[in-house]
Amino acid sequence: MVGVEASEERVQQVRDQLGLNDPLPVQYARFAVRAIRLDFGDSFWQKTSTLPLVLERLPATFRLTAAAFLIAAPLGILLGAAAALRPHTFLDRIINVLSLGGVSMVDFWMALMLIIVFAVQFGWFKTSGYGGFSYMALPALTLCYSPLGRISQITRSAMLDEMNQPHITVARAKGLAERRIVFVHALKNAAIPVVTISGDMLSSMLNGAILVETVFAWPGIGLLTLQALQRRDLPLVEATVFVVACMVIIVNLLVDLSYVYLNPRIRFQ
Amino acid sequence: MTAETKSLLQEEAERTRRASAWLVPRALLRDPVTLIALTIFTLILLSAVAAELLAPHDPLEQDLRMRNMPPLSPAAQEGAPRHILGTDPLGRDMLSRIIFGARVSLTVGLSSALVSGVIGTMLGIIAGYYRGKADDIIMRLVDIQMSIPVIMLALLVLFSLGPGFWNLVVVLAIVRWMAYARLARGQTLAYRNSPFIDAAIAIGSTHTRIIFRHIIPNVSSPLVILGTLEVATLILSEAGLSFLGFGIQPPEPSWGLMIAGGRQYIASAWWIVAFPGLTIFLTTLSLNLLASSLRAISDPVQRERWLNKGSGPANSSG
Repeated sequence: MVGVEASEERVQQVRDQLGLNDPLPVQYARFAVRAIRLDFGDSFWQKTSTLPLVLERLPATFRLTAAAFLIAAPLGILLGAAAALRPHTFLDRIINVLSLGGVSMVDFWMALMLIIVFAVQFGWFKTSGYGGFSYMALPALTLCYSPLGRISQITRSAMLDEMNQPHITVARAKGLAERRIVFVHALKNAAIPVVTISGDMLSSMLNGAILVETVFAWPGIGLLTLQALQRRDLPLVEATVFVVACMVIIVNLLVDLSYVYLNPRIRFQ
Repeated sequence: MTAETKSLLQEEAERTRRASAWLVPRALLRDPVTLIALTIFTLILLSAVAAELLAPHDPLEQDLRMRNMPPLSPAAQEGAPRHILGTDPLGRDMLSRIIFGARVSLTVGLSSALVSGVIGTMLGIIAGYYRGKADDIIMRLVDIQMSIPVIMLALLVLFSLGPGFWNLVVVLAIVRWMAYARLARGQTLAYRNSPFIDAAIAIGSTHTRIIFRHIIPNVSSPLVILGTLEVATLILSEAGLSFLGFGIQPPEPSWGLMIAGGRQYIASAWWIVAFPGLTIFLTTLSLNLLASSLRAISDPVQRERWLNKGSGPANSSG
């Protein structure tokens, strides 16, 4: 803030102004009192109030998350269900390796490889920045692979459990079409673990895919977190963590509420 | 029964025991995917252990005349081995750096998995065994930490501790203990009310003895599988943190750091980014595949299928 050449006096003066020389409990008390009023102080870096700085990054993160999640969730459930319907076949093995590939993927490396192939070699998409489809395609593709793998793994095991249940045997005995058995009787009952993992994946993407956003210079929460940390901008870090924690709570609440719809035996008092 | 028949019977029993001990590993090796995963992981492990013997060049030796040379370029000196995977922006041999990088990645991955595994397992067992207040406190801690994303928490802690090898191990151990705690607690709860625990209490075993002699042996196998998965996750986290500059510091050869160093050259020198990342991916993928096979074979229903059908789960449509 004051430059490398600043005198010791000037450094102390600025530290005093920012309250960084006070004992930690005093600093914490000041933080807590302000935080109740949603005031996290001014950013050291931008010199303005921090919460608006964080909130203005939300739309970018929302757009990227929405795009990645809309690829990951349906495709993951479809692949997982397909594997569970033909367990221990070649198809199942292929899907297993593909989805474990998602779980093992180095996202920032995948991002750079996609840039090398599709942006540098073919020139189809933009390498970095914020904008429409040509900017969003590569980050969304990178971000969706890992959740896709996890959702497909969970769907497979939940569906396998479900297909061995007595009510499926009864449905078969009644002569229902296999498609109806799978999509109506099994999938809805297997939905709880699938919704849980999807919620986890959704909140982890909303909380800023720090690495992916950094590689593509996508101006979302993740990039802001890194910028705040690199500039040692404490108020901005605090505000970011606060917003992120709020989003985790909201997503968890939505997931819990969906249980009531998915399994009528669960009722909240 | 004569002494002779007795020893023959013992011998027979011994032979059966030995044969069945080999059944599981042999069934695993017959499965092509598991075999490939095991081979890759063994190679990486070998690189980590014997990096000095395997690396064709010094991983730290710079040569600015040899910057960003493509794969298979001949070395500057006569008679020196070729740069099979090319060189980096400081003219260092990529292959040698990747081999030495295996040591860094595996050491960070294994040691932090061990630390977080021991801490998490002990806390989980305490929560599940003693219940009550201890359980409440430990599980609330788990819940709180679960709501903060891993990489953000790791960045925050590293931000205050400063980067570096051992700080990284400590941070990753702090960040990942909850997974073990949850699993160990669940497993302990399942055994807590079994008759053999009651019997142990009845003959006057202390709680410590029950935990170490009866609980831990029974809960360990799912925890070992979780540990295998965790090593993969931790290697990924180490790479990510080093990529961002908060982990391993240069000139130490870390895979994540190597990718970061090649980032500005992606248009002209793709190999600097491609090979270290591919190595990380193959390492984590082989660990995940191994964990998946271990889980399948430790499940009694699936084990039958693996052992009986002969050639792994691929041919045994059910």
